[in-house]
Amino acid sequence: MNVFDIQELNLWYGKFQALKDVSLTAADAEITALIGPSGCGKSTLLKTLNRMNDLTPDCRITGSVRLRGQDVYADLPVNELRRRVGMVFQKPNPFPMSVYDNIAFGPRTHGVKSRLALDETVEKSLRSAAIWDEVKDRLRKSALGLSGGQQQRLCIARALAVTPEVLLLDEPTSALDPISTGKIEELLLTLKKNYCIIIVTHNMQQATRISDKTAFFLLGEMVEYDNTEKIFSLPRDKRTEDYVTGRFG
Amino acid sequence: MRAVFFLTALVSVLAVLLISLFLLVNGLPALAKIGPLEFLLGREWSPSDVPPLFGILPMIAGSFYVTATALAVGAPIGLLAAVFLARVCPPALYRLLKPGVNLLAGIPSVVYGYFGMAVLVPHLRGSILSAGILLGVMILPTMTTLAESALRSVPESYYEGSLALGAGHYRSVFRVLIPAARSGMLAAVVLGVGRAVGETMAVIMVAGNQPRLPHSIFQGVRTMTANIVIEMGYAAELHREALIATGVVLFVFILLINLCFSALNRGNT
Ligand SMILES: Nc1ncnc2c1ncn2[C@@H]1O[C@H](COP(=O)(O)OP(=O)(O)OP(=O)(O)O)[C@@H](O)[C@H]1O
Ligand SMILES: [Mg+2]
Repeated sequence: MNVFDIQELNLWYGKFQALKDVSLTAADAEITALIGPSGCGKSTLLKTLNRMNDLTPDCRITGSVRLRGQDVYADLPVNELRRRVGMVFQKPNPFPMSVYDNIAFGPRTHGVKSRLALDETVEKSLRSAAIWDEVKDRLRKSALGLSGGQQQRLCIARALAVTPEVLLLDEPTSALDPISTGKIEELLLTLKKNYCIIIVTHNMQQATRISDKTAFFLLGEMVEYDNTEKIFSLPRDKRTEDYVTGRFG
Repeated sequence: MRAVFFLTALVSVLAVLLISLFLLVNGLPALAKIGPLEFLLGREWSPSDVPPLFGILPMIAGSFYVTATALAVGAPIGLLAAVFLARVCPPALYRLLKPGVNLLAGIPSVVYGYFGMAVLVPHLRGSILSAGILLGVMILPTMTTLAESALRSVPESYYEGSLALGAGHYRSVFRVLIPAARSGMLAAVVLGVGRAVGETMAVIMVAGNQPRLPHSIFQGVRTMTANIVIEMGYAAELHREALIATGVVLFVFILLINLCFSALNRGNT
C-alpha cells in the first residue's frame, strides 16, 4: 500500500527550480532509496515530505504530496504530519540532555505525561533502535557522551518514540565508520517491516544492500524510478547507467 | 612587533596587579586594626563617634538588597528579551530593536541616575526599590546581549530535530534551545550581577544612602560603592583606610562573581 504519493511536484528556492515535475510513490514495508549527484535535490525532496521546507523563507511548491490520501500541505496540521513522518538527519543531532529525556521529548510533546508510559516508550524505542543494551545503564547521562554511531541510533530511537508511520533518513551513515554503518543498515532492514522508509544515500552499495526501490535524480529531475535490482542491473536511461556504474562526475 | 603586542597585553595585567596591590596594602591594615569580624559584621557605621564605629554590614546588605531587586526586575525582562530577539522577532523589527538595546548600554550612568531622580524618587523615595528598578534597567543590555549570543550559538540542528518530532516553535525554543543555552544565559545574569554590584553614580542618586540595616525595600540604603564615594572626599586616617577596606570587600565580591562567570562560560563550550 502506498504511504506517500507525490504527484508532479515542483519546488523553487526563489527563482531557482530545485525539483522538476517529480512523481513518486513510497510503500509500506519497503525501503526507498534516493540517489544522485550532489545538489540534485534529494534532501529537498525529503524535506517536502515532512514540511521542513517551511523553514526556508522563499521556498515555493506546486503539485501534491499525499500521506495516505491526505494532502500534507492542506489536510494535516504540520505538527501532526511531523509526528507521523519521522526524520533522521545526516549529522547525528541528539539534544544536549540525558538519553532518557531525548527519547521522552517527543512523547511528552504529544501529551504523554505518565511516568510509567514514558518509561515503557523509552525502553521500547531504544530496543527497536538496537541500542538499549548499550545505554540502559546510562539513561540519565548526557546523550552527547555517546559515540557518533550510538548517537545516530539514538536519533532513530527518538524518531520512533512518537510512533511514526514513515522514517525519512538523509544520508544517515555518511558521518559514521563502517561498523556503525553496518549496524544502522541492519537496523533499517528490521525496521522496514513496520515502517515506510525513505533514505537518501551517496553510497551505491548501501542502496543495493538495503533498498527495495531506488529513484535516481539529476538536476532536480527524477530520471528513473524502479526496483533497486533493475536500476543497478538494467537501467533504462543512459544517465542512470553512467551514474550507477560510476562513470559520472 | 611582537614586543608591542606583549607590552599592550602587559599593561592591562599590570593595571590589575597594581590595583589589587594598592587595595590590599592600604585596606588590610584597617581590617586588622578594626578587627575583621567587627568590620564585616558590625551593624554600626559612625566614623565621627568617639570611638568611631566601622561596621559595614549595612552596606553589604545594601549592595545585596539593591542587586537582588535589580535582578528580580532585570533578569526576567533581559532574558525574555534575548529570546525574543534571537528566536521570535522578525528581521525588520530586529534591525530596529537591536540598536535600541545597544543604545541603552551607551547611556552614561549619571543620566540613568537623573532619570531615576525625576521619575522614580518622587513616587518611591530614595529606596532599595528605586535603586533596584533603575539598576534592573541598566543591566538589561548586558544581559540581553550576552543571553542572545548564547542562544544564537546553539546549533540550528537542535531546533530542526525538535521540529521534526512535531514540536511547535515555542516548545522547541523553551524546551530545547534555552536549556541548551542554559549556562551561557546564566553567565549573562552573573555578569549583570557584577554590573549591578559595581554601579555607583546612579545608585547614589536614588538609593537614599542611609548607612543602616533596612527593614523593607521601601527604605533607603547605602551600597558599598556609594559608601566609598560619599565619604572618601573628607575621610582621613583610619576612616580613609576603612573606606579602602570597603573597596577590598567589594573587590572580593566582584572577583567571586567573575569566577562564577568564567566557570559558567567554560561549561558552555
Ligand atoms: N535553502 C536553500 N536556498 C536556496 N537554494 C537551495 C537551498 N537549499 C538547497 N538549495 C539548492 O537546491 C539544490 C538541491 O539541494 P539539495 O540539498 O536538495 O541537494 P542534495 O541532492 O541533497 O545534495 P547533497 O547530495 O549534496 O546533499 C542545490 O542546487 C542547492 O544549492
Ligand atoms: Mg542532501
